[in-house]
Amino acid sequence: MNASYKRHYLINLAGIAVLFALLCLLVDTGILGRRTEYIKGLAIIGMYSIIMVCSLNLLTGYMGEFSLGHAGFMSIGAYSAAIFTSLLALYEISIPAPILFVISLIIAGAVAAVFGIIVGIPALRLRGDYLCIVTVAVAEIIRVMLCNLSIPAITGSSTFGKSFAGIPKIADFHYVFIATVICVTLMYMYIRSRFGRAVIAIREDYIAASASGLNVTKHKVMTFTISAFFAGVSGAIYALSITSLLPTYFSFSKSSEFLAMVIMGGSGSMTGSIVAAPILSALPQIISYVNADFASYRMLIYAVLLIVIMIFKPSGIFGSYEFSLERLIDKLSGRNKVKAVTATGGASTEVSTTAAGKDDIGEVK
Amino acid sequence: MLLFLQSLTNGLNLGSIYALTALGYTMVYGIIRMINFAHGDFIMIGGFTLFYSIPFMDSIGVPKPFAIIIAILVCVAVGVLTEQIAYKPVRGHGSMTALITALGMSLFLENLALVLFGTTPRNVPAMFDLPNITIGNISLQGKTLLTLSIGIITMILLMIFVQKTTIGKAMRAVPEDRIASALVGINVNRVITVTFALGSGLAAIASMMYVTSYVSIKNELGITLGLKAFAAAILGGIGSIPGAMIGGLLLGLIEIFVKVYLFPSWYEAITYGLLILVLLIKPTGLLGRKDNEKV
Repeated sequence: MNASYKRHYLINLAGIAVLFALLCLLVDTGILGRRTEYIKGLAIIGMYSIIMVCSLNLLTGYMGEFSLGHAGFMSIGAYSAAIFTSLLALYEISIPAPILFVISLIIAGAVAAVFGIIVGIPALRLRGDYLCIVTVAVAEIIRVMLCNLSIPAITGSSTFGKSFAGIPKIADFHYVFIATVICVTLMYMYIRSRFGRAVIAIREDYIAASASGLNVTKHKVMTFTISAFFAGVSGAIYALSITSLLPTYFSFSKSSEFLAMVIMGGSGSMTGSIVAAPILSALPQIISYVNADFASYRMLIYAVLLIVIMIFKPSGIFGSYEFSLERLIDKLSGRNKVKAVTATGGASTEVSTTAAGKDDIGEVK
Repeated sequence: MLLFLQSLTNGLNLGSIYALTALGYTMVYGIIRMINFAHGDFIMIGGFTLFYSIPFMDSIGVPKPFAIIIAILVCVAVGVLTEQIAYKPVRGHGSMTALITALGMSLFLENLALVLFGTTPRNVPAMFDLPNITIGNISLQGKTLLTLSIGIITMILLMIFVQKTTIGKAMRAVPEDRIASALVGINVNRVITVTFALGSGLAAIASMMYVTSYVSIKNELGITLGLKAFAAAILGGIGSIPGAMIGGLLLGLIEIFVKVYLFPSWYEAITYGLLILVLLIKPTGLLGRKDNEKV
């Protein structure tokens, strides 16, 4: 392995470990007193939002297509995980919580991905606004399905559809953190891979991309499926932490809220999604927690914020900037320029299509 | 037979509501290539204006149907203000920015209504006191027939306006070629404002039709109605004015007939399913034109 890559991985791993340790310190030692549970809940909301928003960013930021029905895939994942865990509970099969958590996440993602393929193959012939309304239509159909289908008495008291209660609460804070890190890393790696670069090329000019031999449909469907997979995973974490489901939760408003988070963070910037998702999903909660009278104004504030950001910074808060711990450390420690050139030079040929790559080239010059 | 005729009038009535709303989407889209998600909320605003203006008109002794004038004025004001304050600054920043601004505006109006009027649905007082019309043994609701004819007359008037008047012709010219229209002396900004005003006025008429038939309004009305009207606009081919009318009427008819004759709780899924089907067969909608992209 290339030495600069090794350093890169080590630094990032160390960064994540430090973050994890800090968060654990915050929630496990009881520093926050009786507010711990509340903060933990907020953190879990923030983390499944991160997965959700990053998965949508794959479509919006990197593939350049809107999806206003992503909550539909989330609901598929949520219901898959809920049915799976409830069935296990019904037949009294006990699996250790961490393994059960992983299996339900994978099942949820897989089911959502299958839906993604079914929807994606025909729908991705369409582009722009037409694709946008098809994703809305699919999400609405899924919602109507969940409202009407019923597999009675999967768990003692609840029925499938309408609402689903009594899902085992196995989404522990630590598991969710690790799952989030893995999901985001996988998505980031996908963008940096051969396929990801192809997708970005298609976004820039699909005619030129297909003329240079890229299979546009294949790459689009693949990205759509991967995006649906992670939306499903996010839905599973939602189901396993909230423990009850309502099909009406996964509405058009929810989808548009997630899309708003992507755009506000900066479409085409994973960093933007990772920062925007927890803040924006927690903001309404915090506003109503701080002042109960403000509760009805919270979404109003959110809406105004959205419009103001769009007017003054249309590319979102982060634009297409990507945060790099390695670069930060280099800058702080003043590592000599020659080394920086060799370190980033290799990377910049790899990722020259991404903005991060462009930054690196700029530094080299 | 009775059920069929009633479903037909109801379907056409709902279809006209969708069509009038879809016209707003389609005209704005045609001119600035932007999905105005807040358009559905203009109907909600029209509904709440009628909720207050109908009793007001009654109390000052003016016939109740005149309340629609206040609703139209309020809707036009909101529409034009929305365009000037939120949409004008983001024009030229790309379609994604415009879309999100529109979503934000929709969210804003919806939650403003939530703060102002609360979550309980309001019942709008009746606007027309008309008897049921009975032909033989078939009885149809007078108010439904009246609103249906108002809706259809409005659409005919709009067609005449767009075809014959100067500003109407300008409205058709700008989507064709914006720069060329500016060159021949069309004030593009003014045309855009007029389009928004016209679209919002149509939304007020749609809200009048809605409250006459369905009475109850709440702040979420804009999203549910707006989404379907948007689907209707896409079905007809977005950007096409006759397309929006046909798409709206078709969607209304399908919805009512599926609800009455086939699967009552599945009608939304059927509507959207058909929409997807049409788009897969004809990706630009029924009357939409293909945008040929230059390489």
